[in-house]
Amino acid sequence: MFIKRSTGSAGGVSLLAALLLVGMFALISLDSGVAFAAEDVVATNTDVVYPPAPKLTAADYPQVKGFNGRVAVWLAAQLHLWFAAFVLAVPIFVFIIEAIGMRTRDKRYDDMAYEFIKVSITAYSVTAIFGGLLVFFLVIFYPQLFQYLTTIFKESMIYYALLFFAESATLYIYYYGWHWLQGGFRKWVHLTLGLLLNAVGTALMFLANAWATFMMSPGGVDMAGVFSGDTWAAIHNVLWNPLNIHRVLANVAFGGSIVGAYAAFRFLSSTIADKKAHYDWMGYNANFIAISALLPLPFAGYYLTAEIYAYSQQMGITSMGGIFAWLFIIQAVLIGTLFLSANYYLWCGMGRSDGAVRYNKFVKYLAIVIIAAFLVWFTPHTLVLTNEELKALGGPYHKYLGPLGIMPAKNIAVNMMIIFTTVSFLIYRRANKIPIVSWVKTGNAVLFALFATGILNILFLGIYHGYFTNTAYKVASSIPQVLTTLTIIVASTVIDALMYKGAREVAPLHWGRIPDRAQYALFLLAVAFTWLMGLMGYIRSGLRQHWHVKDIFRDASPDAFTPTLGYAANVVSIGAIIFLMLVIFIFWLSQLAGRKSSSAHYWKAQAT
Amino acid sequence: MKNLAKVVAFGLLTIGFFTLFSNFGIPQLEPAPPPADEELDLSAMTMEDFVALGDRIFNGKGTCTLCHNPVGGRAPLLDNAAATIRDRLRNPGYGGQAETLYEYVRESMLEPSAYVVPGFGKAGTNDTESPMPAASGGSARLAEAETLAVIAYLQDRWGLDITVEIPADAAEASQDESATAAAVQRPLGSPQEAFAQFACTACHIFEESGGQIGPNLSRIGATRDKEYLRRAILEPNADVTDGFLPNLMPNTYAQQMYVSEVEMIVDYLAGRK
Repeated sequence: MFIKRSTGSAGGVSLLAALLLVGMFALISLDSGVAFAAEDVVATNTDVVYPPAPKLTAADYPQVKGFNGRVAVWLAAQLHLWFAAFVLAVPIFVFIIEAIGMRTRDKRYDDMAYEFIKVSITAYSVTAIFGGLLVFFLVIFYPQLFQYLTTIFKESMIYYALLFFAESATLYIYYYGWHWLQGGFRKWVHLTLGLLLNAVGTALMFLANAWATFMMSPGGVDMAGVFSGDTWAAIHNVLWNPLNIHRVLANVAFGGSIVGAYAAFRFLSSTIADKKAHYDWMGYNANFIAISALLPLPFAGYYLTAEIYAYSQQMGITSMGGIFAWLFIIQAVLIGTLFLSANYYLWCGMGRSDGAVRYNKFVKYLAIVIIAAFLVWFTPHTLVLTNEELKALGGPYHKYLGPLGIMPAKNIAVNMMIIFTTVSFLIYRRANKIPIVSWVKTGNAVLFALFATGILNILFLGIYHGYFTNTAYKVASSIPQVLTTLTIIVASTVIDALMYKGAREVAPLHWGRIPDRAQYALFLLAVAFTWLMGLMGYIRSGLRQHWHVKDIFRDASPDAFTPTLGYAANVVSIGAIIFLMLVIFIFWLSQLAGRKSSSAHYWKAQAT
Repeated sequence: MKNLAKVVAFGLLTIGFFTLFSNFGIPQLEPAPPPADEELDLSAMTMEDFVALGDRIFNGKGTCTLCHNPVGGRAPLLDNAAATIRDRLRNPGYGGQAETLYEYVRESMLEPSAYVVPGFGKAGTNDTESPMPAASGGSARLAEAETLAVIAYLQDRWGLDITVEIPADAAEASQDESATAAAVQRPLGSPQEAFAQFACTACHIFEESGGQIGPNLSRIGATRDKEYLRRAILEPNADVTDGFLPNLMPNTYAQQMYVSEVEMIVDYLAGRK
């Protein structure tokens, strides 16, 4: 009975939000020809007539007493993105975990996959609510911008709304049909539904990404903003695919960290050993998911940045210089936090294994390298100095630390962090196993050679090309560095998997034998991911500076200025606190389904 | 409930740390405000004013110094480019349409890909495509009169005769109704505006941002008094700080700035301790 009530609530809210969205699009579409003056309308080579981007004044931006339009839109968009990232990511790894369960015939995977999707199902309706709120705020505070975007993307917005229905229907059948569609052919049907759910969800995100990236690198429009009528050109703009790739990976990493926090919370709340073991296992898998997606994420970020430079050198320089240069110091703190907390959790997790004692001695070296890499990433390029300090130092850079502030050093640092996190994973995987293949020594030698030559290659590329050649080589050398790291990750994982195929266990793993402080590493991972996403949302949007649509549609509102990093951090923090409070509420809701109170006489007994 | 309280407190502390670090752990740079849209009044403008306008656009709205600077090596330097351009026009490898220096500069500004200086093309285009947006487009969106003013400024900077004529009517010469601050504009209202307008950070580090051609201004008030600062702006070669080269800072600010603007900048810098 309880489940049925829950269905009505979540589904009703989602449908309502979807209807609101469709209604808004319809209204805006009907109204789209009104605000543009007739003389501004330009005929194109199609039958349809499109207007140029409007030229606005501050008076064109409605003001609502007690509200700052930009902050309202900022928070609504960020909260929508956080929840959307979560509900789109969870089905991706739920699908994979379900498939692993089917392949291994291990029901624990199926149960875990169900528990993950259960957490995300309530978040789905919250996503829709914030989506609706975002549309309302855009229409209220930025009506001309919304109207302009609607003119170009009206078809895709309709498809978006329809896909939203498809997503809702598929998700609800997938979730509520979980126990019904079990065994044999039915299970295959269920897995196919999972695939369909992910396909629809990904399509939804890609469409929304097209609108966001159009504002950064507009396609299908001329310099005046007149739309050519080619919707695909507007969708398939320069930054669309780089952002798509970046967001898919980031969503999975973020989703993994959030369900990891859920598992950590349940672990801390559990008093029964079996429950603790279950949630420990769940937390480990969530951390594995988060880190698996985190490792390639810097490369996706690099690709996105390189494409931003290629599209507009000015936008690229703005992103890496001036005010935004300092943002990357904050980012370094957050990335360092992510890597350290993920590694710390793995090292604590080695306590589950009786065989881990063989590897414990290596942990301190791993920690030293990762912390050193973090400190290099953290080192600023220039220093705030008085003239006396400047003289004493002999220039604006420190003699020894100055060279660590530039990109070649940071490229080395991030590659080292990733490689040594991979080593942590390999050690953790090996901790409880004894290989039985005959080529163990050879395999270990090959692995050692792989890591050693790879690390030397990265150091050589970074130091030689970074400090002894010109700028073009400095940038170009980062690509072989990335390829080296990827080669190490893939090759070492394959060799290690083959070497430990059929390996004996030292002893059964003691799931649940992990200190409580390790759970806080999982919380730290979730909080840092959340905050980092908010921060990077600020820079992605802030790169446009005083343009709604870069270089073709100017923002003339009183809030067109670029805020300081402190101001942006405060907004991100407020959003992150709201998000995490709602996530805790959702965790609590997901537990409610399992709680029952029984009364012998239902209502009358209590009334008497 | 105890665990919930601990988790919430841990989350708030973590967010608090990130917030405090972002507010107090790094310099809080106040980005330049968006460029103002003001009417361009060419009717009463002398050639000196027109060159000054070009200077302001080159170092401000045009964002030319973002790439044409000695730090990043992303675009050719324009300091003494006249001789280089003349050589290039005679070189059979030059693929553009220009025949005179004026035409070359104009072509470079409005059709940057007509000829790309070797080594400065977009990656993968073999120097057939320039990363520079046309000056009439991109974020600069220079009007025709503004483009001409920049050419006049460059000709003046290179010590050449100015061959550009001031357009008779800004409205006719303009592609864009929004024109930048004219030479006869009102005095600027804040030091931040002045810093943006006169592109101080193109050469000076200020609050951790900017070029390194001139001394760091972040805490200049701790070591220099107002009199020194005023002289440094109006007569930059009178007293050059050790370790920096003379003749790099423009000595035209006495003509370009209002007295109130000079005093505002001097007061502001003197307070940076």
